[in-house]
Amino acid sequence: MSRNPDRPLSPHLSVYKWGPHMLVSILHRVTGGALATAGAAALVWWLAAAASGPEAYQTFSGWATSWIGIVIAVGLTWAFFQHLLSGLRHLVLDMGAGFELNTNKFWANMTLLGSAVLTAGLWALILWGKA
Amino acid sequence: MTTRMESEIARVRGLGSAREGGHHWWMERMTSIALFLLFVWLGASLLRLGTLDYATVREWLADPWAAVPMLLLVYTTFLHLRDGLKVAIEDYVHDEGSRFFVLLLLNFSAIAGGTLAAFSILRCAFTAVGAGAGPA
Repeated sequence: MSRNPDRPLSPHLSVYKWGPHMLVSILHRVTGGALATAGAAALVWWLAAAASGPEAYQTFSGWATSWIGIVIAVGLTWAFFQHLLSGLRHLVLDMGAGFELNTNKFWANMTLLGSAVLTAGLWALILWGKA
Repeated sequence: MTTRMESEIARVRGLGSAREGGHHWWMERMTSIALFLLFVWLGASLLRLGTLDYATVREWLADPWAAVPMLLLVYTTFLHLRDGLKVAIEDYVHDEGSRFFVLLLLNFSAIAGGTLAAFSILRCAFTAVGAGAGPA
């Protein structure tokens, strides 16, 4: 069956092509879920530890600076930036703009690139500051 | 054919829109814009502190210019995560009983988590530590 490749292919059952906009869409939910659970728990733990006293804070920072803590922290900062950029994209889409195929694909890819760059940049800044 | 002992209007009553979707959608956007500003502030503040040891964080939270935005950040964060998780739960938890239970759990934990975080900020703000401070 002939098809004009410039026209969008609507997702119909198994007849669709995976694209960056789909990845960004599901990542918005996944990163949101991670931030709402692990991220919020870390935020509450940090604040509660600071309010409890030096020993509780020591326990928190011991976990936060362990290798597993840093892996989780890097993951959460990436999730934060991905959710943030994807959220900004959503605000534009909510206004009815940015749906043209190439524009939509471009900004979907930009959220992925942007979150990677921002995560790397922030952690470079944190580790540079420590050194 | 079974006989239904209810009128046509009773059959459909309560099956329509809850008429709250627009507000929920709007709140999600409002809180997202507020969180953008608040997290830029938090990121800049924490980077400026340089270190996040106990004394530094306590001194920082003793300043109303840190404690008040932190309270706003915590409040808005928990509003936003509650709105977001509610949509995900409603999409994936199909059984009505389970959905009720999971939404109950979400509301309880969001309010409890937010209150604990807010109380912690206030305790840091109103309890001085370090040199010249009274009993901890």
